[in-house]
Amino acid sequence: MTMHFPRESAKVHPPSLFPFYVSTVKRAPKRPLIILPHTETELTGPAYGHEVVQPGDSDLTTQHEAAPLGQRIIVAGRVLDEDGRPVPNTLIEIWQANAAGRYVHINDQHDAPLDPNFSGAGRVVTDDEGRYRFITIRPGAYSWQNHENAWRPAHIHFSLFGPSFLSRIVTQMYFPDDPLFDYDPMFTSVEPSARKRMVSHFSLEHTIPEWGLAFEWDIVLRGTNATPTEQ
Amino acid sequence: MPGITPSQTVGPFYAYCLTPTKYKLHEIFTNDLVVPGIEGEKIRIEGRVLDGDNVGLPDAMVEIWQADAKGGFAHAQGHKGANTGFKGFGRVEPDNEGKYHFVTIKPGRVKTPDGKLQAPHIDVAVFARGMLKHLVTRIYFGDEASNKDDPVLQLVPADRRDTLIAKPQGNGGDKVYRFDIRIQEGPKGPRETQFFEA
Repeated sequence: MTMHFPRESAKVHPPSLFPFYVSTVKRAPKRPLIILPHTETELTGPAYGHEVVQPGDSDLTTQHEAAPLGQRIIVAGRVLDEDGRPVPNTLIEIWQANAAGRYVHINDQHDAPLDPNFSGAGRVVTDDEGRYRFITIRPGAYSWQNHENAWRPAHIHFSLFGPSFLSRIVTQMYFPDDPLFDYDPMFTSVEPSARKRMVSHFSLEHTIPEWGLAFEWDIVLRGTNATPTEQ
Repeated sequence: MPGITPSQTVGPFYAYCLTPTKYKLHEIFTNDLVVPGIEGEKIRIEGRVLDGDNVGLPDAMVEIWQADAKGGFAHAQGHKGANTGFKGFGRVEPDNEGKYHFVTIKPGRVKTPDGKLQAPHIDVAVFARGMLKHLVTRIYFGDEASNKDDPVLQLVPADRRDTLIAKPQGNGGDKVYRFDIRIQEGPKGPRETQFFEA
């Protein structure tokens, strides 16, 4: 099977320059991009599977001596291609703030406490049906300097490879009905009709009684087996 | 068909997960792609990632993807010809001045879909705070005669091709190439790197 990577699909990504997100102003190219033909270099991609993940990497609540503070959650879903087919055996890396909205990164100076029992980094490899599952705590909103009284909606950062260099993506998963969505330059950098693709939904079915709430989020990577309609 | 998931910025705090050298997490990816028994010419690629004020980006992340010395890929879907143990993928967090480097081997030549040979090149993805989606570019090598016939370089205006060409440096030991990644042209600064719509 040969995969195609329609250029049309990638148009859903936000623009490089989005002045509401102030840091884009000096970090967006001014010159027009040139269309890169899809040669074997682009159509292939790194092979990293189960061998790079260690036991416990997907449970962010058991990486320290005690349980982290905050609400324990399950974040699970499937990684799919544009045809809705599962993407098996692909690495997912996630990172997030703790329940107070503080990142463990040495440069994060946000006035919120660190949690000695929470680092906030996790990894997993999708199974044969493209499924993944993390256990973590719900991250807090994060205060930042972009504009006056700026707060990021609660989110978890996701990094995925998929089958090729062209399916590589870094994105963020949000939680349903966050009141901060409309004020967030990153969330609103995406056209309104596609924003819901970044939002997980609550799943009572996967919620575990007396233990943790479940949020489901499917990630769709670029790539289709259908006959291309454009070059 | 479901639409693809939109990109969002990597943000400033990715390092403790994606490049956790200074953190407790075990590292999966590094900037050293060389493995024992590898065939090919060992090289070092070094440079800086710079913004529109010509200031280095300490919070960028640079990834590379390349063929082995024979032009084969250690591909996720099991391509032929991959070199022993060579993964072809590297990732680095630049230092406080935006300096980065990779140690790897010079890639072999790879064909285009219509069978033309490309000059040796490395695909590059640049992520950073302030970048809502990653940028894609290519590294070519200044001492390669085949650059003049490369079908992708020919798509780039002649006066901008040199922004994609890593310059050989000095001598002694492994060969060193210089490749700066300039995200944006400043008012009087050097020209920005040519980026691609992949």
